[in-house]
Amino acid sequence: MAEPLIAVRGLSKSFGGLRATDRVDLDVEDGETHAIIGPNGAGKTTLIGQLAGDLRPDAGTTRFAGRDVTSLDAPARSRLGLARSFQITSIFPDFSALDNVALAVQAHSGHSFHFWRPARAERELREPALAVLGGVGLGARADVLAANLAHGEQRQLEIAMALATRPRLLLLDEPVAGMGLEETQRMVRLLSTLKRRVTIVLVEHDMDAVFTLADRISVMVYGRIIATGSPEEVRGNAEVRRAYLGEGTES
Amino acid sequence: MAISRRAIVLAAGAVLLALVPPVAGLLNQPFYVDLFRRMMIFAIAALSLDLILGYGGMVSFGHAAYLGIGAYAVGIFAFYGVDNGFLQWSVAIAASAAAALVIGVISIRTSGVYFIMITLAFTQMLYYLGISLETYGGDNGMPLKTRSQFAGLVDLRNPSAFYYVVLALLLLFLLLGRRLVDARFGMVIRSARSNEPRARAIGFAPFRYKLAAFVLAGGACGLAGALLANQTEYLTPDFMHWTRSGEIMFMVILGGMRTLFGPVLGAVVLLGLEDVLSALTEHWQIILGPFLVVVVLFAKRGLFGLVSRDG
Ligand SMILES: Nc1ncnc2c1ncn2[C@@H]1O[C@H](COP(=O)(O)OP(=O)(O)OP(=O)(O)O)[C@@H](O)[C@H]1O
Ligand SMILES: [Mg+2]
Repeated sequence: MAEPLIAVRGLSKSFGGLRATDRVDLDVEDGETHAIIGPNGAGKTTLIGQLAGDLRPDAGTTRFAGRDVTSLDAPARSRLGLARSFQITSIFPDFSALDNVALAVQAHSGHSFHFWRPARAERELREPALAVLGGVGLGARADVLAANLAHGEQRQLEIAMALATRPRLLLLDEPVAGMGLEETQRMVRLLSTLKRRVTIVLVEHDMDAVFTLADRISVMVYGRIIATGSPEEVRGNAEVRRAYLGEGTES
Repeated sequence: MAISRRAIVLAAGAVLLALVPPVAGLLNQPFYVDLFRRMMIFAIAALSLDLILGYGGMVSFGHAAYLGIGAYAVGIFAFYGVDNGFLQWSVAIAASAAAALVIGVISIRTSGVYFIMITLAFTQMLYYLGISLETYGGDNGMPLKTRSQFAGLVDLRNPSAFYYVVLALLLLFLLLGRRLVDARFGMVIRSARSNEPRARAIGFAPFRYKLAAFVLAGGACGLAGALLANQTEYLTPDFMHWTRSGEIMFMVILGGMRTLFGPVLGAVVLLGLEDVLSALTEHWQIILGPFLVVVVLFAKRGLFGLVSRDG
């Protein structure tokens, strides 16, 4: 069997006495959409942060695309093809939507020690950015200040920024959180078109979205992954039902 | 395409500044050449601070350090009889840039209050170093023997010639600054100021860009220091006093951060008010203080924001 796109072994991270990530092993296969579910405070965001390189684990190794990336920081991992969205929307609010995406294109077009040409006049940045923006349905909103976009549009913009880096792996932390029904449906549709092109790790509380999109699901409780399997297997797992689904939380 | 208000304001400002020497001559008030030259020198310092403070989000509370290093570079050379301006000014720029490199490497990984304190601490160190240099006058300072010489190309002893040199440099820095902040380089530091975790997540490693901006700003302010030494024809550690850093920062905020032109306006207005008010009363700071507070409270984008709404 081919090597997983990302493989985590023994990942651990504590905040004071709290084990937010507890000896986590995780394989995400190339091409799959792998959901991570679990109750509030289970450690999902902490895990995503470590996969993205924003947070340093206390122990454990991470391999991505065939190489050990354990010691690489977020920008270095981004350059290898890892992209993320944040649980709390994270954009450049005082830049236009198009600027936001063009910045992501720029970050992947060599070094930026260019001092003379206006970046906003560079077609090799603007055109790919516009194409990606159109792809997530924001083509008509290109010139709007990102701060003035609706919440759902800002989440789409985050996806566009991630896509503009041409990632192999997308780490999405609750992409539909805080969205209305219509916005959620639009986002789920967008993600289902993406899932054929790129590997996705999806952290999400919205179970409809999870069961629509995921090929496999891992369940996280108290910093540990207690089960991994197909959606059917996870739905039927007694331990999972007790720890999570049975609580009936959909927050 | 409509010409922006910003462009009109800029062009008008440049013309007005260019007219100062002939008008001062007509009015028989040579003092104004001196005053406006001083404003423009501080404008260069302020716009270099705007690059890192406004665009880079780095609250450097030690910008006067580079002013002092640039001034001392000129003064010390002159003290030993070396008055070649090309050499003096090059060393002024290089030494300030080198100091900025050291200060930047140590401070840029920190943020908030720590960043402010580190930049302030370094500047205080340099201030006390200046005081301890007895050879060069210690805390009294020393006069500059001669103004910088440019092989007969331009004579800085001529007040108008010196004035136009400073004006040309100011316009040059405005142009370079504008290009730089809109180019890829500027977009990196601006995105890091806007949201650094996001900038890192899309693949930027902002540290070296911020450091480069810090060094460029230090070098530019060092040149302003070299000009200041020639302006005052006197050298004193006071150039590096922390209140001077505060003054430069105030020019930036008063005029309007992240505009480049704003800090120029801020320098002109602040030094102009200082001049007018200090002639009226010795308690001029009591009037200036509240005025500055009002501007900061009611003109969020500074004075330049009031005159150019399309920015
Ligand atoms: N920087 C931090 N410092 C201290 N504790 C933290 C920090 N970040 C997270 N934690 C704690 O670690 C645990 C895991 O948090 P995390 O945000 O990863 O959970 P989560 O599964 O993403 O939760 P949610 O579903 O609410 O987003 C929580 O108890 C949280 O309070
Ligand atoms: Mg979370």
